[in-house]
Amino acid sequence: MSTNENAQSRERGKAPAGERVADWADGRLGIYSLAKANMRKIFPDHWSFMLGEICLYSFIIIILTGVYLTLFFHPSMNEVEYHGSYVPLQGQLMSEAFNSTMHISFDVRGGLLIRQIHHWSALIFLAGMFVHMMRVFFTGAFRKPREINWLFGFLLFVLGMFTGFTGYSLPDDLLSGTGVRFTEGAILSMPIVGTYISMFLFGGEFPGHDFVARFYSIHILLLPGIMLGLVVGHLILVFYHKHTQFAGPGKTNKNVVGMPLLPVYMAKAGGFFFLVFGTIAAIAALAQINPVWVFGPYRPDQVSTGAQPDWYMGFAEGLIRFMPGWEVNIWGHTLVLGVFIPLVLFGVVLAALALYPFIESWITGDKREHHILDRPRNAPTRTALGVAWVTMYMITLVGGGNDLWATHFHLSINSITWFVRIFFFVGPVIAYILTKRICLGLQRRDKDKVLHGRETGTIKRLPHGEFIEVHEPLSQEQLFTLTAHEQYEPAAVGPAVDENGVERKIKRSEKLRAKISGAYFGEDQQIPKPTVEEYKEITSGHGHH
Amino acid sequence: MKKLSARRRHPLAALVVLLLALACTGGLYAAFAPASKAQADETAQSLAIDEGKKLFAVGCASCHGTKGQGSSDGPSLVGVGAAAVDFQVGTGRMPAATSQGAQVPSKKAVYTQAEIDQLAAYIASLGAGPNVPTEAEYGTEGADIAKGGELFRTNCAQCHTTGGKGGALTHGKYAPTLEGVAPKHIYEAMQTGPQNMPSFPDTTLTEQNKKDIIAYLNAIDSDETVNPGGLELGGLGPVSEGLFAWIFGLGALIAVAVWVAARTAKAKKS
Repeated sequence: MSTNENAQSRERGKAPAGERVADWADGRLGIYSLAKANMRKIFPDHWSFMLGEICLYSFIIIILTGVYLTLFFHPSMNEVEYHGSYVPLQGQLMSEAFNSTMHISFDVRGGLLIRQIHHWSALIFLAGMFVHMMRVFFTGAFRKPREINWLFGFLLFVLGMFTGFTGYSLPDDLLSGTGVRFTEGAILSMPIVGTYISMFLFGGEFPGHDFVARFYSIHILLLPGIMLGLVVGHLILVFYHKHTQFAGPGKTNKNVVGMPLLPVYMAKAGGFFFLVFGTIAAIAALAQINPVWVFGPYRPDQVSTGAQPDWYMGFAEGLIRFMPGWEVNIWGHTLVLGVFIPLVLFGVVLAALALYPFIESWITGDKREHHILDRPRNAPTRTALGVAWVTMYMITLVGGGNDLWATHFHLSINSITWFVRIFFFVGPVIAYILTKRICLGLQRRDKDKVLHGRETGTIKRLPHGEFIEVHEPLSQEQLFTLTAHEQYEPAAVGPAVDENGVERKIKRSEKLRAKISGAYFGEDQQIPKPTVEEYKEITSGHGHH
Repeated sequence: MKKLSARRRHPLAALVVLLLALACTGGLYAAFAPASKAQADETAQSLAIDEGKKLFAVGCASCHGTKGQGSSDGPSLVGVGAAAVDFQVGTGRMPAATSQGAQVPSKKAVYTQAEIDQLAAYIASLGAGPNVPTEAEYGTEGADIAKGGELFRTNCAQCHTTGGKGGALTHGKYAPTLEGVAPKHIYEAMQTGPQNMPSFPDTTLTEQNKKDIIAYLNAIDSDETVNPGGLELGGLGPVSEGLFAWIFGLGALIAVAVWVAARTAKAKKS
């Protein structure tokens, strides 16, 4: 019937309804040319390129569920008596914040589910960002022109940590209150400014009557606002730079091989959003998170063992837990090194991540744009450094949960703490060496595959009785993919004399750079790619293998 | 009076006075001392003590000494009271497999309740100590659950966590989980302070306080317990939640991503 109508309207010279709506909108928004240029934007296909999407969607889910929670949450520390439906807390005095969280959990329709979706997607958001960042790191996607976007992503991760932390603190339960107390301790450990910042943040002595309301505006307005802006900037830059791709036949530094945004990626991404939402909702419906009614309301005189922050702050917890309780007294002022050093390390561990792209570009001296991704094995030093960083991070996480490892694996908490103390330093070194060895091994295998072909597992017996394994030569595409990467030469210190033959002053930074560059790309730090000559020489000889 | 006065210089007078004084204080003590033993059935009681002594000689004396005086392998049991025996043997902690190790774990009880009572009677006879509580004491009747929760968070959560799931102490020692522990044993533990636990005598936590705490624990760990939200993940807090988010949350999403990425619309060859 509609075709009939369309035919009729066309006869009368009227465009179909969809076109008329589009015309109406374009006449006012002028997005036709913009859309035309971008609708066919190409995105390459790889599952690891969707990690960022997981983050984006969980962020959207957090915002949606968060809005629902604000409708019922009272960010106030006024003391009230609990009269809700959870019997074991009835009659207890608590802050309005805790009371309203209990109300959301027990008496608001869908409240607990929304709370759990909100919290689970927060954990998954941060975990997703972590993995996404590792993907970008290990494939070298942070190289020019994407350094700024790396920083945007890094800021999103750090802000996500603090947004998560402030949100975790809002219910004012015994667990989160302990976490806030922990934060207060960390702030107080800062020399000179610590007390002032603490007094400012809490509006006087801890806990005061202000922090829930303040954390609330930080949690729902300030930090998410900045994050939203950064997310938009992050996406605009992804659009502007175009997506990176793995090396392969037909893929160059100047093109993107993949599927167009419309319709393929629109459908895929749209569908993926619902898959992410569905998965998180299923998890939230199945598994409990942050049962505040078990913890009870916060009171500064109470504390529970097994008090840990959410995982993304776990490494801060770990740094504190394994740090010896050092304390020095200087001119009548106490410096709590046992807390202050972890606080500094917290910043250093994160800063190392933020600055790495700049450090690497200084070492390589490479000013070109890179749109083809590295396979981690082909950048062994970078990969090894990354794995060392992750190892250190994971070891601090182990330290953060030392009591649970102790009870569940029947170990002594002291031994675990000592293990963490030692492996905080030794672990990354071992990880570095192992990773580098593995990378070089894989490079050798690639080289071997290129030169000698794939091991087929077919054993052939020659007439004179010798057994050989048949190697099948790789296809041209595979050969290209395995040899597409380029290898840097180690940077050398420039000539000792300048063009006039006058002895040149060699800067210390230049020497340092040459030294690090040697460690990155020097002899034995990478396996030279097979050359065409080598390939020809081997493949020309018949019955060679 | 004259007779008495005349003999006051007698060489044995001092001895007689001393004996009289001793008898007097002893008598007063017997009259006013806290009645630690059930007076009801003297013969049954002494029978239980005898039986307990035999059990003790077989199962306990090797570490605690033949008279419960203790040795290098086990502490003295004089004055620990029946409650301590009922707790330690009733929860299977005693007899311990070894005196080595950080802490004696709870396990299946070796003795029957009747045997435990006999052992308890024997140990109680060695010196006065806390009695086994009656059901009126540890029962939840007349208890204030919420008050018990507050007391639990103030006094117990430092080691047992707010949910009573237990936690680590130093050098491999630990506060055990309180899930499924009998109310009587919780009462006895508070009263006697077994192993690394401090004791909470009635002067610290009154009988009513103990009752409240037991009622709270019962409320958070029974068939009628309200604990919505799905799988508890061990009730261990953010560590298990974080592991779950990484493995099942992000893991599932990556699996979905791999699946979506593998399903690429094939370009039409035209």
